Amino acid sequence: MKLSRFNLVSLTLGLAFLYLPIVIMVIYSFNDSRLVTVWGGWSLRWYRELFQDEAMLAAAWMSLRVALASATAAAVLGTLAAVALSRAGHFRGRTLFSGMLYAPLVMPEVITGLSLLLLFVALNAERGFWTVTIAHTTLTMCFVAVVVQSRLGSLDRSYEEAAMDLGCGPVEAFFQATVPLIWPAIAAGWMLAFALSLDDLVIASFTTGPGSATLPIRIYSEVRLGVKPQINAICTLIVAVVTLAIVIASLASKLSRAKADSAAPM
Amino acid sequence: MSGARRIFTRPARLAVIAPYLWMALFFLVPFGFVVKISLSQSAIAQPPYTPVFDLAAGWDALTAAFAALSLDNFRLLISDNLYVLSYLRSLVVAAVSTAILLLIGYPIAYAMARLPRGWQPLAMMLVIVPFWTSFLIRIYAWINILQHDGLLNQTLLALHLVSAPLVWLSTDTAMYIGIVYSYLPFMVLPLYATLAKLPPSLNEAAADLGCSPRRAFWLVTFPLSLPGIGAGVLLCFIPIVGEFVIPDLLAGSGSLMIGQTLWLEFFTNRDWPVASAIAVVLLAVLLLPLMIYERLQRRQLEGGR
Repeated sequence: MKLSRFNLVSLTLGLAFLYLPIVIMVIYSFNDSRLVTVWGGWSLRWYRELFQDEAMLAAAWMSLRVALASATAAAVLGTLAAVALSRAGHFRGRTLFSGMLYAPLVMPEVITGLSLLLLFVALNAERGFWTVTIAHTTLTMCFVAVVVQSRLGSLDRSYEEAAMDLGCGPVEAFFQATVPLIWPAIAAGWMLAFALSLDDLVIASFTTGPGSATLPIRIYSEVRLGVKPQINAICTLIVAVVTLAIVIASLASKLSRAKADSAAPM
Repeated sequence: MSGARRIFTRPARLAVIAPYLWMALFFLVPFGFVVKISLSQSAIAQPPYTPVFDLAAGWDALTAAFAALSLDNFRLLISDNLYVLSYLRSLVVAAVSTAILLLIGYPIAYAMARLPRGWQPLAMMLVIVPFWTSFLIRIYAWINILQHDGLLNQTLLALHLVSAPLVWLSTDTAMYIGIVYSYLPFMVLPLYATLAKLPPSLNEAAADLGCSPRRAFWLVTFPLSLPGIGAGVLLCFIPIVGEFVIPDLLAGSGSLMIGQTLWLEFFTNRDWPVASAIAVVLLAVLLLPLMIYERLQRRQLEGGR
């Protein structure tokens, strides 16, 4: 298929629209000038100042811990949910279950955040690391479930059946045959959960307590006060980490797919 | 084979327990609390509402509690223009943004689907990377560009297109730019998924039957991409209605969207019952189209069989 000029133009413009603001921000993070808009030559001074900003570092550490814990819990729960939806056939409450799993994907975050906070208040739970982690797990396990479910749906069941013919029980067959095959999807789901958790501002604002701000909460309160060059720097670092993670993940999934293809020629 | 499947279902059913309990506890039950608090009186206290239920006190307390339930918060929502206008503004902003998203996103998704097969994963990754990048950062990137002495005004001045810097930040234009920018991947990806699945032979057949490419698009491709359009529109419209951060950072201080109003009532006015009532009404407004969509999709699935 040949790309018509119209298609080429719309694709180029679309990608330019997506990337130009980020590229500009990255370039200006190396700006030596204190004024964000005046170019004062290349410099790393804002990165240096960033690494001396203890409140920002503490928030970054908090975000990282929440993201690691909630992504891991979400990967386990989301995978279980995906297995149930694609392998359990019909069970009582299935509609409610899948409804609960899909609703958070589109629900406005203010509602999810508010409702979780009211629950924590009612339970008299101390708000901080654990409440944010639980909130993020709830949100992100739905994304994991969608990712893993789509992989399970396209997976040929003959692998599991062959494993059972060879004497595996269903649970063993699942861990021996299915899990290695859906591993890239679980990993992708984990990463998605990790990124979403790092990214979340609204739900974390509702569910965190005083003194335990996550990185987006800190950035948000800084941005409201006006643009500062340090923000350009920390944003650039986050973009770099995320891009690196995506490249690694896509390489890894390509590798594991190639391995799976050579191990099991269809 | 079906026997093997049946053996599978039993452990799979056990797998459901943990996620089911989790979602029930942390997704369903919280809504019960929202509803409950939306029906209670506001009070200056910690927590700032009068609890209504006290299950420990037995049946009498329960009936008394039901008698004490109040619809005052909902009455307030209707009687105060502020809330009604917030809802309306949110719906209008979401509708306009979704329309713009569709207009911009469709050609991009279409072009992606027309790329040579080998290039499509790369194009998809290029669309996904910004989606993985914190949306707060992406909004912030736009503040860099749109502020008074930002890059946009500098460029316009340098090109002599304007004689004085224009006001971009804190306007509705900035807010729409921010929303469209943030939600573009949510529109492009489902559209692309639908368009990439359409076999090109359909268009070739249409061409053989005498269709011009443009007619073939409107008669064949576009109708077949409607499910993708539906998914994209829903994925964008509903969250945009409740959007808080983008209007807060980019729009002016004029009229608020309902997400901002909820935030304000909750964090600034500390009126939890009214915030909960706003959430309940918002949920009702949003659930309706979702249920319609769900039903349409199920009918389509059944029709396809």
